[in-house]
Amino acid sequence: MSAAILKVSDLSVHYGTHAVVSEVSFDLAAGETVGLVGESGSGKSSLARAILRLIDSSGGSVEWLGEDLLMCSAARMRAKRRELQIVFQDPLASLNPRMSVGDSIAEPLRIFEPGMDAAQRQRLVAAMLQRVGLDASMAGRYPHEFSGGQCQRIGIARAMMLNPKLLICDEAVSSLDVSIQGQIINLLLDLQRETGMAMLFISHNLSIVRHLSHRVLVMFMGRLVEIASRDALFAAPVHPYTRALLSAAALRSPVEPPAEASPKTVGCAYQDRCRYALPLCAASAPPLAALESDLWVACHRAAEPGFRYS
Amino acid sequence: MKPLPTLQIDNLSVNFAGSDGPLAAVREVSLAVAGAECVGVVGESGSGKTQLFMAAMGLLARNAAVTGSVRFEGNELLGAAAPLLNRFRGSRLSMIFQDPMTSLTPHMRIGAQLAEVLLHHQQMTRREAWDLARTMLERVRIPDPLRRLQQYPHQLSGGMRQRVMIAMSLLCNPALVIADEPTTALDVTVQAQILDLLRTVRADFGMALILISHDLTVVGSIADRILVMYAGRIVEASPAEELWRAPQHPYSAELLKCVPTLSGPLLSRLATLRGQAPLPHEVGAGCAFAPRCAGATEKCRRERPALSGSAVRQVACHFPLSA
Amino acid sequence: MRGFWHDAASRLRRNPAAVAALLIMLIVMLLAVIGPWLNPNSTDALDWAHVAASPGLASAHWLGTDRLGRDLFVRTLAGTRVSLAIGLVATLVSLVVGISYGAVAGYVGGRTDHLMMRMIEILSGLPLIFFVIFLTVIFGRGSALLFFTIGAIGWLTMARIVRGQTLSIRQREFIEAAIASGAGTARIIVKHVIPNLMGPVIVYATLTVPQIILFESFLSFLGLGIQEPRASLGTLIAAGAGEMEAAPWILLVPGGVLAALLLCLNIFGDGLRDAFDVKER
Repeated sequence: MSAAILKVSDLSVHYGTHAVVSEVSFDLAAGETVGLVGESGSGKSSLARAILRLIDSSGGSVEWLGEDLLMCSAARMRAKRRELQIVFQDPLASLNPRMSVGDSIAEPLRIFEPGMDAAQRQRLVAAMLQRVGLDASMAGRYPHEFSGGQCQRIGIARAMMLNPKLLICDEAVSSLDVSIQGQIINLLLDLQRETGMAMLFISHNLSIVRHLSHRVLVMFMGRLVEIASRDALFAAPVHPYTRALLSAAALRSPVEPPAEASPKTVGCAYQDRCRYALPLCAASAPPLAALESDLWVACHRAAEPGFRYS
Repeated sequence: MKPLPTLQIDNLSVNFAGSDGPLAAVREVSLAVAGAECVGVVGESGSGKTQLFMAAMGLLARNAAVTGSVRFEGNELLGAAAPLLNRFRGSRLSMIFQDPMTSLTPHMRIGAQLAEVLLHHQQMTRREAWDLARTMLERVRIPDPLRRLQQYPHQLSGGMRQRVMIAMSLLCNPALVIADEPTTALDVTVQAQILDLLRTVRADFGMALILISHDLTVVGSIADRILVMYAGRIVEASPAEELWRAPQHPYSAELLKCVPTLSGPLLSRLATLRGQAPLPHEVGAGCAFAPRCAGATEKCRRERPALSGSAVRQVACHFPLSA
Repeated sequence: MRGFWHDAASRLRRNPAAVAALLIMLIVMLLAVIGPWLNPNSTDALDWAHVAASPGLASAHWLGTDRLGRDLFVRTLAGTRVSLAIGLVATLVSLVVGISYGAVAGYVGGRTDHLMMRMIEILSGLPLIFFVIFLTVIFGRGSALLFFTIGAIGWLTMARIVRGQTLSIRQREFIEAAIASGAGTARIIVKHVIPNLMGPVIVYATLTVPQIILFESFLSFLGLGIQEPRASLGTLIAAGAGEMEAAPWILLVPGGVLAALLLCLNIFGDGLRDAFDVKER
C-alpha cells in the first residue's frame, strides 16, 4: 500500500463536556477508499468536520502530507483546502440558493485562481458539468431547479474543480433514491479512477460501503472500535458492535435488547448492549489494539482464542 | 361469500393545484387490503405512495383535489364529514409516520398523549387510560414504562419514540395500521428491532398492516404482498416471495438490481437506472417508465399499459418479463 | 452565467403589479423633476389675487393655491422632490451602513458581535431628537446634513434585522460548503450571506422610506428640518392640515401624492422581495 497521506492521531471533539469524538487515530493512503460506518451518535460526521477544521477539536493532530492541519494558521489552512474536499449529505442545502450552479462550481476557481479570465473559467465549469453527467447549458440555472441527484452531481463538480487529493463523502447518497444512488457512486468511482484521489466514505449503509471500500473503520459513541480490510470485516467481524451492525443490516432477528442512550464514563461504551460482556468490560475501556497488521479491535475479548470466529 | 376487505380503494386520484395547471401525484390507483394481511408499498420519490394514503385518511392539504373511493370496513371515507373520519382515525384506522419527533407533541408528556387517544375514542377514566397506556408500552417492549409515561418526547431516543408511536397506534385495537417509512429515520440496529416488533405485534393483534417504504429490503422482510408504484400508479402487484424471485415489471427488476447486497458478489460498478423519475407534468401519454426502460418500444411510448393479470399477480406493462 | 441581479431584474419585469407601481413612481419622479417647465408659476411666487383658490384645470393654478397664494401644483412637485430625495438617500445610507454592520456582527460573532450590538443599544437609547438637535447645532441647518442624520439613525434597526438574518444563515450548510471550498470571511459575507438576506432587508427598506418622510416632516415642523419657503411633502401636509375645513385641497393634493407614493413603494417592495426570493412564490 502506498504511503499515508493523512494521519489522524488521538483526535477528540467535545461539545461542552460531552465527548463526541474520543481519541480517534487512523491512517489513509493515497488512492485508497476508506469506509467509515457508524450510527447516529457515533461521531462520524463530527470526525470528518474536525479533520477539515470545519469545527473545533479538543485534542489530537491531523497530519496531512506531513503538516498538522490543526496547528497551522487560518490562511495556511485555507490554502490547503484545495487538496481536501467534502461532499455533504443534503445536496440542495449545500448549494447557495442565490448563486447559479455555474457560479457555485466556479467558486473554488475564483478563490484559488483569481487571475484566471472569465472565458477560461467558463470553459472549465462547462467541462466539469459534462464530466459529472450534466448538460453544460445548465450552468445558469439555480439549485432549486434541480433534483436531489442532480444537486449532488453539482456538489461533486464543485469539490472536484481543483483536483483534490482527498474527497470526504459525508453520507453523500443517503438522501437519494436507490436507483440514483448507484449513479452517484459510480460517478465517484470513475472520478477516483481518473484522478487517483483518496476517499473517506462516511455512511450508515453497510451494503454501499462494502462495494466501495478497501478498508473499513467502525465507530461507536465517538470511538473507533474496529479497523479492518473490507473483506475481513464483512466475512468475519470481530467487535461485538460490528457483528450487531452487520446482523441488523441483513435484517436478521436482533439478539440485543432495545438500546438506551447513556454514555458510560467507566469501562467499554458498548457494555450495556454487548452479549459477550465481562466484569472487566465494566471496569476499563478497551484500547484499539492490533490483532494483526491490518486488523485493529477495541475489545478486551478480541484476542481470546476462538473469539474471532464465535 | 368473501368477507369485506378491510380497506378498498377504487380509482383514487390526487391532483394538486399548480401554477400551470393541476399536478397529478396519484393516478387512478385501486387496491384492496384484506383481513390481517401485510401489504408493502414500494416507490421512490415522485411515486405518490405517501400521498395515496394521506388522501385515503383525509390528511392532505386543502389545495389537493381527491377523486375516487376509499372504503374502510365498508364505510366511505372520501368526502366524509370530520366527525365520521375522526371516529375511525386513531382508533380502527391508525397511521405511523416517518419522523416520530414531529408526530409527537413536544410539550406533552408521553402518558398524556397516549391517554388522550384513549379518552377521545373510548369511555374510561383517566386512571384507566394511563394504566392501559402503561400496558401498551410494555407490549412494545419499552423498559421502565412508568418512568417513560412521565417523560417528554425529546427525552427519548428515536427508536424509543417510534415504539411509542406504534403503541399509540395500537391503543384502540385497530383493524388497519398504515406505517409510512417507519424506520427510515432510524439507525440500522434500531430498524431491525422495530421491524421485529411490527412482526410480533401483527401476530398478537391480528390487524392488517400497510408498510410504505422506499427500502425494498425493509418491505421484503415483513410484507405478504408488495405493490410497486411509479409516477403515481401501481406498476406491479405481487406476493413478496414471487416479486423477489421473478419480478415482472422492468422497473421492479431494475430496482431489485440496484440494491447493493451485503453478501452477494462484489461489483466494480453498482447497477443503476439511468435518468430519473418523471415530475408530474413530465408524464406523457404512454408508459411513464418508457424513457428509462431498456425494452421500450413505440407502443410503450404511445399507449399506457393498464394494470392486468390474475387475482394474485398484476403488472402494468406491454412486455412483462416472463417468470 | 448570468448574475443574481440580472435574474432578479428579469423576474421583476414579469410582475405586472410591481411594474405598474414602479411606472407610477417614475412618472411622479419625472413630473417632480420637469415640473418647473410645465407650469409657469414658481414655488415661491405669491399670487394675492388667488389666495386659497380651488383647483381648476382652466384656471391659472391647476391644483389651486395655498393660504399665501402659492401655486400648489408646483409646490407639491417641489415638495415631492425634496421628500423623495431625503427618503431615498437616507434609506440608502441606512442600507449600506446597516447591512455592513449587521452582517459582520452576525457572521463573526463572539466578542465582536457582543461589542457591536452593545454599541447599537447605546445609540438606540439616545433620544432621537436630541441627537438631531445636537448635530444641527454643530453643523448648521442644511439639507445635506438632514439627509445624513436621518440615514445615520435609520441604520440601527436595519443592522439588527440584518444581524438576526445573518445568524440563521450562518447555520446553513452552504456556508459550511463555502468555508470548505477555501472562502475567507469577507468573501462569505459578501457573496453568500448578504445575497441571502436581501428579501426581508429590501422589504424593510421600502417601509423605511415612508417612515423617513414622516420623520422629516416632524423635524421640519419643529423647525429643525426643511424651513419655509422651501417645501417638502411633510411640511405641505402639516400646513394643509390647518386648512382642512376651508380649503381641503391644500391637504389633499400633497396628501394624495404621498399616499400614492407609499402605496407604490409597498407594492414595489413586495415585487422586489419576490424577485429576490428564488423559491418563495
